Amino acid sequence: MSDFVCENRILDKDETLDRAQLRALQLERLRQCVQRVADVPFYKEMFQRENITPEKIKTLDDLRRIPFTTKADLREYYPLGFLAVPRSEIARIHGSSGTTGKPTFVAYTAQDRATWANLCARFLVAGGLRSEHLVHIAFGYGLFTGGFGLHYGVEYVGASILPAASGNTPRQVMLLQDLAADVLICTPSYSLQIAEVARAQGVDPRTLPLKYAHFGGEPWTEDMRVQIERELDILAFNNYGLSEVIGPGVSGECAARQGMHIQEDHFIVECIDPETLEPVPEGEQGELVFTAITKQAMPIIRYRTRDIATITSQPCVCGRTTARMSRVIGRSDDMLIIRGVNVYPSQVEEALLRVDGTAPHYLIEVDRTGNLDDIKVHVEVHPESFSDKMAQMQALRERIAAEIRSVTGIGMKVELVAPRGLERSMGKAVRVIDHRREKGTI
Amino acid sequence: MKINQLSVFLENKPGRLSEPCEILAANGINILTLSLADTEQFGILRLVVKEWEKAKRVLEEAGTVVNVTEVVALEVADRPGGLEDVLKVIESGDINVEYMYAFTTFSKNKRAILVFRFEDADRAVAYLRDHDVNVIDSVSLYQNLK
Amino acid sequence: MASSDKCAAKFNPVSAPDYLPKKQLQSLQLSRLKMIVQRAYDYVALFRQRMDQRKVTPDDIQSLDDITKLPFTVKTDLRDTYPFGLFASPISDIVRLHASSGTTGKPIVVAYTQKDIDVWASVMVRTFAACGLGAGDIIQNSYGYGLFTGGLGAHYGAESLGATVIPTSGGNTDRQIMVMKDFGVTAICCTPSYFLHLIERASEMGVDLKALPLRVGVFGAEPWTDSMRIRIEKGANIKAFDIYGLSEIIGPGVASACCAQEGLHIFEDHFYPEIIDPETLEPLPDGTEGELVFTTLSKLAMPAIRYRTRDITEIITEPCSCGRTIRRIKRVGRRSDDMFIIRGVNVFPSQIEEALLAVEGTLPHYQIVLTRKGDLDQMEIQVEVTADVFSDKVRALEELQHKLGQSVEHTLGIRAKISLVQPHTIQRSEGKAKRVIDNRDMS
Repeated sequence: MSDFVCENRILDKDETLDRAQLRALQLERLRQCVQRVADVPFYKEMFQRENITPEKIKTLDDLRRIPFTTKADLREYYPLGFLAVPRSEIARIHGSSGTTGKPTFVAYTAQDRATWANLCARFLVAGGLRSEHLVHIAFGYGLFTGGFGLHYGVEYVGASILPAASGNTPRQVMLLQDLAADVLICTPSYSLQIAEVARAQGVDPRTLPLKYAHFGGEPWTEDMRVQIERELDILAFNNYGLSEVIGPGVSGECAARQGMHIQEDHFIVECIDPETLEPVPEGEQGELVFTAITKQAMPIIRYRTRDIATITSQPCVCGRTTARMSRVIGRSDDMLIIRGVNVYPSQVEEALLRVDGTAPHYLIEVDRTGNLDDIKVHVEVHPESFSDKMAQMQALRERIAAEIRSVTGIGMKVELVAPRGLERSMGKAVRVIDHRREKGTI
Repeated sequence: MKINQLSVFLENKPGRLSEPCEILAANGINILTLSLADTEQFGILRLVVKEWEKAKRVLEEAGTVVNVTEVVALEVADRPGGLEDVLKVIESGDINVEYMYAFTTFSKNKRAILVFRFEDADRAVAYLRDHDVNVIDSVSLYQNLK
Repeated sequence: MASSDKCAAKFNPVSAPDYLPKKQLQSLQLSRLKMIVQRAYDYVALFRQRMDQRKVTPDDIQSLDDITKLPFTVKTDLRDTYPFGLFASPISDIVRLHASSGTTGKPIVVAYTQKDIDVWASVMVRTFAACGLGAGDIIQNSYGYGLFTGGLGAHYGAESLGATVIPTSGGNTDRQIMVMKDFGVTAICCTPSYFLHLIERASEMGVDLKALPLRVGVFGAEPWTDSMRIRIEKGANIKAFDIYGLSEIIGPGVASACCAQEGLHIFEDHFYPEIIDPETLEPLPDGTEGELVFTTLSKLAMPAIRYRTRDITEIITEPCSCGRTIRRIKRVGRRSDDMFIIRGVNVFPSQIEEALLAVEGTLPHYQIVLTRKGDLDQMEIQVEVTADVFSDKVRALEELQHKLGQSVEHTLGIRAKISLVQPHTIQRSEGKAKRVIDNRDMS
């Protein structure tokens, strides 16, 4: 175990409001939020339909009068139908995932950007960050919120940033060694990839100067934490967020590492049964639903995350009064997270439709080999497009791979299968086999 | 029991295949069989010739890259299922096949010859002989082909 | 036609130093030069040693012309002092590090204090302002984010400008076009060759760039020509501006074209330019072509003293019609070394040799062929197959191709197509092969 000691530090007093104060602040902010969205077309329509007025929100429980918002709603109002401020006030736009299909976009005002940086700074400080530390950020930058959220959070604290972004792992290892970063920020699986590449280069990853790491962007397990901490000799902290709500910064672990503190002064959380949509008792598994009560550019009310977790409002030893969520233990839809990128099977289908010569029969196989998510798509070829020329079959395979990359934003291995080579099952076809689940890595 | 096969590196461009063939013809070397494996960018020409050492020398003198590999020639009955019988034996022995190609049938007694590149040629030969597969040595191969 | 009203923006107060009277500018430069030389002398061992050798002290800098008393700095100095040897600030004062590839081996690491980041943002704001952009613009930043200074440099500038920033980063051309169209983007930052590719791809997708609100392109990170500029301006009905920078100096934001589009204004209150003869190293007067040399006048974390850029250009003597008093350089087209730029990434043939050597153990005969396919730069590395690496198995050769490709990608950060070719097909000239064939049409 690393000899790094994470002190118990709290950045903002709002993290320790007593519950009554916190609820009063939430209510005040919720009412302002409902007021702000009253003219957003989606909510305007909804409020009319449901006979909701901002005045009717008298208690926090009244939030439940308002219907849920889903990803499909965001798509329907593409690109920025949820905007609650004039366009000229938008300082930043991000996208939910690397897709050309119908991605969802989110917007930030300068104030949102500052709030976001503060929220990320809070969990970074909770997990050991100090201004004299050097932080190696190996998240992709760009439309993805992960890289930028953490980048601005680190900047808020005043620490040094090496924006390594993603890819070129041997160089990342070299920089970790030579520049002696104290902190690593990336997906948990990528940290194991770094360890493996280090070993392949003859570098014992435990000798890297890293002290601790903040991980997010994909689900992981307690077993993986133990493995990461052992292989890299660091402390590993978990954080959570999603772009529709704000990006990273929704919740994160403190020094106690007993669940992630939800930043409740900015987000109201609910935990529901995804079937009945009724709240589940505290401590039981359910789908998380968030209301972003302080967002200016794009407030969102009761957003269904599809992430399954548990919630506790028991006090934490660190002194924060906020509720804590468990790791995300599953999804209530078929979304996959591959190397930190959200992928839906329907996107693969969309990519295949663009390539002549393939049948709409496919099977996605996900595995984690050597710490890196490995995704393979088996695609049936049409009998007439089969060629005896290796070069032609290779070209077909490459075209499919390029389309998939263009739609999903990630590279997948493509394997061509003979016509009718994939098993047909009765009723709904099996589209995904996720070996990571069998192995317990997610 | 093994046969020396020559492999020649070729860029996948028009005219590249004829170059080595012309060199061999000019030196009076007869190509017994050949197979071409191609990718989009390059190809590998695999040749079985009798005077493989001379062939290697003249090809190298002409500036091509030549590689000598030991392959195994098997005789199978030239009838439906003939190949399958041999493949079954190969499978039963857990023998890894890197690649294979077939010879033209040439003899009167309805036999065909297959050329195999095994991961472990010696083990394969021993196993196949134990299982009554006719492994042909180079001498009888060249004679047969005359 | 690209009309001049595409370049009309409100005056941005941050641009004030662009218009300083010459005398005032020079006195500002001199006081900053004295400060930076003192700082470099006090905190950077390499500078102190070199100045001591020449028996020069910071006090010897009494006029701007005295700069010629100072020793030059070259790219290999950064490599030799890797990683922190040229830092003039303690790590605790540094808030950002960037890295770019060196000529071989270790990368070049550059550092910024918070003040340096602020200066960087301010020179990028001046760049955007010179290109006619302001707070209301929606800027799509397609420069790659990460260790490369282009992405984050432009990002912070656009943010300080008060514009809406869409950080698309590089890649995924279809999505770039979709974003451009769906968000009413008014300005884009990327390499000029990538923009040509966007024009082509947009027309394939049935998107008419000319009909979009897009009106300005801020293009840099690679050499281009005026005829390319005209093609871009006609193809997308925008104004295309050339910007210049290098991470050793600060990143993008060293110099920028203005509405007049005749040369690039150097933000010389922060970056003091000289032109020298690359052979004799003697200073050359304005109006003469030579190698561009910069001294950073305000950079705290990592001052650069007389840094040789290897870029060949000249300082324009005539005042600019835009009214800016800061001097201009001509578009940079050539280098005084063998570096080439592909998709905005600087590449030295020595890096490619290193990558090939790492895989094969000995250096094969190779040749780098640069082409522009559909307006996108392609780099092909032809490698002669030798008996040592040749195999009768397709898989083995494909594996070799793959390994070479990976090694190159790891070294350079960009992909190259590896072609295995027959021995002796690469031309040798006087024993030594010509390493780079540049077939890119720059017009």
